[in-house]
Amino acid sequence: MDSAILSLLGAFLLSIIGLFGFIWSLRKGLLVENPAAASVIFARGEVGKIDDPALAGDEQHKMQAAAHPDAVSAVDAAEIADRVDADRSSAFPVFMFIAFACFWLLIGSLAGLISSIKLHEPDWLVQQAWLGFGRIRTIHLNAVIYGWSSNAALAVILWVLPRLLRTRLHGAIWAMLGGTFINAGITAGIGAIAAGWTDGMEFLEIPWQIDIFIFAGFALVILSALYTLVNRRVEHLYVSVWYMVAALLWFAVLFGVANLPGVHTGVQQATTNWWYGHNALGLWFTPVSVGAIYYFLPKIIGRPVVSYNLSLLGFWTLAFFYGQVGGHHLIGGPVPGWLTTLSIVQSVMMIIPVIAFTINMKGTLKGQMHLARYSPTLRFMMFGGLMYLASSVQGSFEALRSVNAVTHFTHFTVAHAHLGMYAFVSMVMFGAIYFMLPRVLDWEWPYPRLITLHFWLAALGMAIYFVGLSIGGWLQGMAMLDAARSFNESMTLTVPWLKSRSVGGVLMTLGHLVFVGHFFAMALRFGPHRTGAALFWQTKELAHGK
Amino acid sequence: MENELKLASGAMVALAVATAALVVLPYIQVRDLKAPAALKPYTEQQLNGRAVYVANGCVYCHSQQPRDRNLAPDFSRGWGRPSVPADYVYDKPHLLGTMRTGPDLFNIGARQPSKDWHLGHLYQPRAYVPESIMPAYPFLFRLKDAAETGDQTVALPPNYAPVGKVVVASQDALDLVKYLQALDHTYPVLPAPDTP
Repeated sequence: MDSAILSLLGAFLLSIIGLFGFIWSLRKGLLVENPAAASVIFARGEVGKIDDPALAGDEQHKMQAAAHPDAVSAVDAAEIADRVDADRSSAFPVFMFIAFACFWLLIGSLAGLISSIKLHEPDWLVQQAWLGFGRIRTIHLNAVIYGWSSNAALAVILWVLPRLLRTRLHGAIWAMLGGTFINAGITAGIGAIAAGWTDGMEFLEIPWQIDIFIFAGFALVILSALYTLVNRRVEHLYVSVWYMVAALLWFAVLFGVANLPGVHTGVQQATTNWWYGHNALGLWFTPVSVGAIYYFLPKIIGRPVVSYNLSLLGFWTLAFFYGQVGGHHLIGGPVPGWLTTLSIVQSVMMIIPVIAFTINMKGTLKGQMHLARYSPTLRFMMFGGLMYLASSVQGSFEALRSVNAVTHFTHFTVAHAHLGMYAFVSMVMFGAIYFMLPRVLDWEWPYPRLITLHFWLAALGMAIYFVGLSIGGWLQGMAMLDAARSFNESMTLTVPWLKSRSVGGVLMTLGHLVFVGHFFAMALRFGPHRTGAALFWQTKELAHGK
Repeated sequence: MENELKLASGAMVALAVATAALVVLPYIQVRDLKAPAALKPYTEQQLNGRAVYVANGCVYCHSQQPRDRNLAPDFSRGWGRPSVPADYVYDKPHLLGTMRTGPDLFNIGARQPSKDWHLGHLYQPRAYVPESIMPAYPFLFRLKDAAETGDQTVALPPNYAPVGKVVVASQDALDLVKYLQALDHTYPVLPAPDTP
């Protein structure tokens, strides 16, 4: 009892003290706003210029007119040239990671759709072990978590870092070697899961022997990123750099510790499992996505983030609170009470970074929301940012014991997880890829309407998925808590909602087919040739194919 | 902020706090747990069955952690007393689970000890529970024209038995059932002792 209270209090006080200590040490002038720091993502004279490479030329002019009709200042050519160099140095590795991400997105969507249908058609595809629900569902999870999202996240990091550090990507070849290791590992891991060789824990199914390759690959990518960081040619590190560099370091530690063989056992293994499981989202995908929004969103609308200090508060509160929330997956389970309590407290504290982020984005977008009509990239980013707020606030409440008693063990949790990983993280990644790829390939998106189609398929599919499954999950939880109703009732009543989930899943998968098809069309240089108009700078000779 | 070292060390301190709370402290707390006297280590066959359970991802629909009576009616559903850390000392990997698409299995061996029921239910769950959405596992069985010596045939309800064939359980299916039958934690445990 004493140790329980002491450790709880200790960790909590430490978080608070650490938080304020860092805010104090990092920024002595805590309340002085710092517009210069927020503007480092722009070249001199670039503030006020909209930037969306996914738009064709005349569309860009329309958007510029809608945003800042009178922005005419000349942009510093030297800084733009630096940026072109940065983009050029990262183009090849970034393209490689995006291509892998697209591949795994298709595999993951298909596996997800099959799993979803199997839940209401239990006698469909049962003859092969690898198509069994327990395996194909796990293939889905690993393909989308490690294959799609992680590859996309690495592409964003490797593309944004050189731009923000105003240098070329150092060690690009090592990053690509790392990417090869990672994706070879994911392929082997998914093959192993299909064959029934698994470590058996959610998010940690890939056998640890294969994890060695993935870890080595990550280490190589991280080395390249860190080498770029220390060779930077800017004084100030923009907030996206903190998010992304910290995320890389966090993920390396998380992945390494959680996969250590022969250490974890029994309920301690369960707490480690969820320390890892939630932090994969909280300290890997979330900071990369938030960092991406902090770069792309102001860049697209040509206006710096309104409050740089709020972004700082958001970063350190996220760092301190998010790491400790994993225990809320074990509420009511055979784990020490202080642990779940600590996790519940920190889950609720997560409201602080989320609100800080939201206020900041709302302020930055003030009066510019209408630009989402013009810019598909902005639409993805705004949608993702809004869903970060939604999923995080939902998560904070879901961690409360009274709510968790209903939602634990139900499909409600699954819906929540997809709100975070899809509506937030994946949508931000889509937006970032639509922005990056024209710069990476020096080519326009050949069919801009497909971007809009993809957006609506994804958004609509996600909405159907989330609403239906949340209702079904909640009813399931209520039935499970009612001793007067049989357990089987809690199962059968979910079936219509599971079917609606499959409908949402079909729409999302269709969206991915459109997206990946578009990606291939672009990579193979299909479509009308309009390069130059989409490029903000027109410094390069256009030498591809002609 | 201009200093990447501050960034890296701050980030690592934050994660270290979380790791201490969720990984290291639980490790210290449960490291020296003794198994309850009534809990037997798994036999080799049960361990193989457990591996089948793991390989086919049963954990994604079935939890193994009955909750306390004041939180949920798990006990009155016959799922057993709330589990304690000592119940899991032989479990590697842990199979606590996070979903109850199907019922909790922590005491399935006590609730449903019949081998025939389990074999038939694995072959076709809807033969026993018509509304069930559990997948069928026909790949754990073989269809034969006639049973050979040593074959464990599966007794199925009429309408579910294939015509003119017998269903023979594979070794994996038999081991899995052995594991399910071993999931019996009905022995009493003292409340978890206070650690000093």
